[in-house]
Amino acid sequence: MVRFESVGLRYGRTGGRDAAPEVLRNISFALPEGAFRWLLGPSGAGKTSLLRLMYLAALPTSGRLTLLGNDIGRTPRRALPRLRRRIGVVFQDFRLLPHLTAFENVALPLRLAGRPEAQVRADVTELLHWVGLAGKLSTLPDELSGGEQQRVAIARAVIARPNLLLADEPTGNLDAAQADRLMMLLNELNRLGTTVIVATHNESLVARYPNSELRLDRGRLVHEP
Amino acid sequence: MKLASGRTTRGDELGLKRALSGLMLPALVGAMAFLAALSLAGWEGSSSLARSWRDGARAALTVQVPRPNEAALGGNRLNVAVSLLSVAPGVASVHPLTEAEVAKLLRPWIGGDGGPVTIPLPAVIAVRLTGDDIDTEPLRRQLADAVPGIAMEDHGQWVRRLSDLAWSLQACSLLAVALVSAVAVAVIAVATRAGLMARREAIEILHGLGATDSFIAGRFARRATVLALAGGLVGTVLVLPVVSVLSGLIAPFTGTATTEATTVGSALATVPVSLWADMAALPAGAALIGFLTAQGTVRRWLRRLP
Repeated sequence: MVRFESVGLRYGRTGGRDAAPEVLRNISFALPEGAFRWLLGPSGAGKTSLLRLMYLAALPTSGRLTLLGNDIGRTPRRALPRLRRRIGVVFQDFRLLPHLTAFENVALPLRLAGRPEAQVRADVTELLHWVGLAGKLSTLPDELSGGEQQRVAIARAVIARPNLLLADEPTGNLDAAQADRLMMLLNELNRLGTTVIVATHNESLVARYPNSELRLDRGRLVHEP
Repeated sequence: MKLASGRTTRGDELGLKRALSGLMLPALVGAMAFLAALSLAGWEGSSSLARSWRDGARAALTVQVPRPNEAALGGNRLNVAVSLLSVAPGVASVHPLTEAEVAKLLRPWIGGDGGPVTIPLPAVIAVRLTGDDIDTEPLRRQLADAVPGIAMEDHGQWVRRLSDLAWSLQACSLLAVALVSAVAVAVIAVATRAGLMARREAIEILHGLGATDSFIAGRFARRATVLALAGGLVGTVLVLPVVSVLSGLIAPFTGTATTEATTVGSALATVPVSLWADMAALPAGAALIGFLTAQGTVRRWLRRLP
């Protein structure tokens, strides 16, 4: 499902004397299908960079990364969009498109995948009902509370039934009750077969939902199960 | 999809209706279309004038006979020249100008009130040939032998000069159209880049959700095409009165009308069909420039994303 082999990442210049510093160094681990992992570490440890590699917002500058059976270094750029559609991402800042309604934000992954409009309408409406936003289909993100925006973001991340679900500090803007509800949703998706990786600082959340951990420190993986 | 609130953004996932101004870009493209139409009108006008001049001068000779009334072998000098020309091969018509016609031709230079010219003038014979590829040199020699001092002017050199002038004017018009097109490309590219900057985050989100370069570039291209088409239409409509007036002014010189056009209808009627076709193609050309420029600009920009 996910395999890192001596993966390194630099932003900016990748070679020469003035090469940018490595934000990730010699990362190696493998996740089987259906795994759940916490991604832990202090600020600046490289959690977000590791997730960026996994949702293909960045490409490794060294080593080998295999995602969903694809060696990313050998995969042509034109094939990456199809791969991205199999990966769902939940961001701390939600990253909803402000000019689109809740419905249209959630519909995006399906429309990008070319699903028929009737199916888009049915699936999005059902999922927004499921996350408790039945009455907010035509509401813009700015008119939603933080928790509601988070649920829209989650709905968008899971609507296309991704094989891999990544969450970057997903509870950062939520109160305890909302965070628990989110964790129950992530666990449910994991139980249905989705591989889930959650990056967080929230140690109490990790304690309440014990799972295997990947721990980073200064760009290196210091603990894996 | 239109939702209960009436909000719909289907097809505008990037919010380009706001990011790519619906006023500035069409206004600039409209100005470009206006200038392009004027350049094309210049092309058509110079073509028509050159054609008219060529038609008038082609296959024509002017023969001057000094001292026309003096005796020569077989009559006076003028009659001998006319007789020779009338039977020469390749000559379609011979018309000796009357004194009044000669005086009329010379009046701009020597003035006068229409009365007889007092200075001695040569007789002038207007000759029309059967074709513009006839070698007139044998005729020149024959005339010179029979009527010494005769001068024959072949209009070919004027035709060549007029052709050169026409080509120069047409080249300038084409250059102007090319420059205007290049400016239109630059304007649309700048507007597209501004749109890319304004919607950078939305693009990155869509890219992360699996949008292809084609999808994103297509959204920009569609918007740019619509705006450029609108600008092209506005520019073309606005230039129409100007082109009509210019066509009306030039019509008497090109033979498409005998007098200057004085009404809108008569001015429009003087616009050549080829210029109508050019102007009809302008909005389509502007739309094509918008589409291709936006596609190229966005695709090049997207290459920075993995």
